[in-house]
Amino acid sequence: MADPILSVRDLTVEFPTRHGILTALSGVSFDIMPGEVLGVVGESGAGKSMTGSAVIGLIDRPGRIAKGEIHLQGERIDNLPEERMRGVRGKRIGMIFQDPLTSLNPLYRISEQIVETIRTHLPLSKEAARAKAVGLLDRVGIPDAARRIDDYPHQFSGGMRQRVVIALALCAEPDLVIADEPTTALDVSVQAQIIDVMKELCAETGAAIMLITHDMGVIAETADRVAVMYAGRIAEIGPVRAVIKDAKHPYSAGLMGAIPRMSADLERLVQIPGAMPRLSAIPPGCPFNPRCPHVFDRCLTHRPAASEIEPGRRVACWLYPGVQEA
Amino acid sequence: MLAFIIRRLAQSVLVMLVVALIAFAVFRYVGDPIASMVGVDTRLADQEIMRERLGLNDPVVVQFLRFIGNALQGEFGISYRLQQPVTELILSRLPATIELAFASAMIALIFGVGLGVFTALKPRSPASALVMALSLIGVSLPTFLIGIGLIYIFSVELGWLPSFGRGQVVDLGWWRTGLLTESGLKSLILPAITLSLFQLTLIMRLVRSEMLEVLRTEYIRFARARGLSQRAINFGHALKNTLVPVITITGLQLGSVIAFAIVTETVFQWPGVGSLFINSVQVVDVPVMAAYLMFIALVFVVINLIVDILYYVVDPRLRVGG
Repeated sequence: MADPILSVRDLTVEFPTRHGILTALSGVSFDIMPGEVLGVVGESGAGKSMTGSAVIGLIDRPGRIAKGEIHLQGERIDNLPEERMRGVRGKRIGMIFQDPLTSLNPLYRISEQIVETIRTHLPLSKEAARAKAVGLLDRVGIPDAARRIDDYPHQFSGGMRQRVVIALALCAEPDLVIADEPTTALDVSVQAQIIDVMKELCAETGAAIMLITHDMGVIAETADRVAVMYAGRIAEIGPVRAVIKDAKHPYSAGLMGAIPRMSADLERLVQIPGAMPRLSAIPPGCPFNPRCPHVFDRCLTHRPAASEIEPGRRVACWLYPGVQEA
Repeated sequence: MLAFIIRRLAQSVLVMLVVALIAFAVFRYVGDPIASMVGVDTRLADQEIMRERLGLNDPVVVQFLRFIGNALQGEFGISYRLQQPVTELILSRLPATIELAFASAMIALIFGVGLGVFTALKPRSPASALVMALSLIGVSLPTFLIGIGLIYIFSVELGWLPSFGRGQVVDLGWWRTGLLTESGLKSLILPAITLSLFQLTLIMRLVRSEMLEVLRTEYIRFARARGLSQRAINFGHALKNTLVPVITITGLQLGSVIAFAIVTETVFQWPGVGSLFINSVQVVDVPVMAAYLMFIALVFVVINLIVDILYYVVDPRLRVGG
């Protein structure tokens, strides 16, 4: 098997606050293979975006990586000095943000923003960078790219702007793209197009994708594997088909039950009772225990770690033999 | 863009007309012009003839139109106190005020923006805390106190800089400048600092808070995620986005700097328009007061117009649909 492009081991992110230390991520481990699409799902605040920010080294102050390692193509990147990390961002890891309306600087032309980014990472002349930018915009599906490249962001619609954002994230041909809720802010009608454009482009360059979303439908159609996150931890990770058909963790089972299906005769969508605990009030034992339908004694006192129960599948749940304590 | 400028120009003309009406009212109805001009021993009949000759018996509207007509030609009458044409007086004092205002605006802008950016980028450093604390003093101390304090330290105690006047000036024909002689430049330092201090702290605090705001935006995060250099992010992407409010405040403040140089000019006996105005108020020299009013209004109107046009240059979002 090939070496993973991204390897995250036991990643723990903490925020010191006045009321003590909040643990935003705890013991998160996963790999992404070259060209693979890893979906990351979970409710708001589960730590999906935090994982993305940690990988690219942009955790907001005063948060910090307290434990664990992040390796990109074998090179450790979580402790790189800022100047070196700058060479990783954009060049080796591209990032797409949620809201295309606010991701672009309103005062600069699209051309200026793309050319600036290309020339930061690649030794190209202004003209060559511009030609490359036009080609990219054309590839992400902006009609009449050669003319529209000199427009300002406010002259584009939301969907078009997200295409520009994708072009910006991919302009230096990174090996890994972190897409943080890339379609959440968009019209349902353009969501599929944006995902397609992103997938196509990444497939062309062989870039892997870490697709962060709370939309299981998007994951089902796009991802090769999926990581389900809950309260800053990975609850379950495995091939997307297997997880959807046969979710092991009660939380992922609940999430899968909440996917609307045309074929099902269900009157109502299933919902998981209760809400995710706040970071300051995560219960002892398994963080999901207050909402879990299968809760038993051990869940209340011992915290399970995501452990391999089948080849390629890891689950953090005491229902399965062989699960280790965190 | 053109339509916008024309509309703004029309508004400016309207503002100037209103100010002209006020200036005219002051000119015409504060005291009796004839009584101010003649001695006590002039006969009433002579006064009546003068009144007729100066057109003071004409209908108010006619007098107002005449006032505007004269104003358009830069004609504001004769100063009661100095017996010189008012326009000439103001023009001769103007270079001093403009040089002072310009120097202090430059100080305020350069240090205001510089320190604002610095304190925003390094909010936790002790230097920033010190600058912020000092800026509070700048905002809260009255100008005359700062002026007197500076005179005490640098003129009286240290003897480095002159405490009053403009030093030697060079006559360029139409402009008497103090910028070309050593004593002129030395004399400029204290009053310029005094006048700039308030604007400096204001601009600095504004740039700082705007910059902090902008640094939290998504597009700055996205710029970071694309690996752009700190320098490009801070000065290219962030600073430019703080400029619109800064231009507004700086523009308006430049107007105030010229208009309210009165206090600084008085403290330093700076021979500018402000001290001319103060001296005129003391003896109710109405033509000078009226002309000064018109002049300051013109300064504000012109600066506002420039500020509005600058918005268009800086922010492309304003350009469409105008």
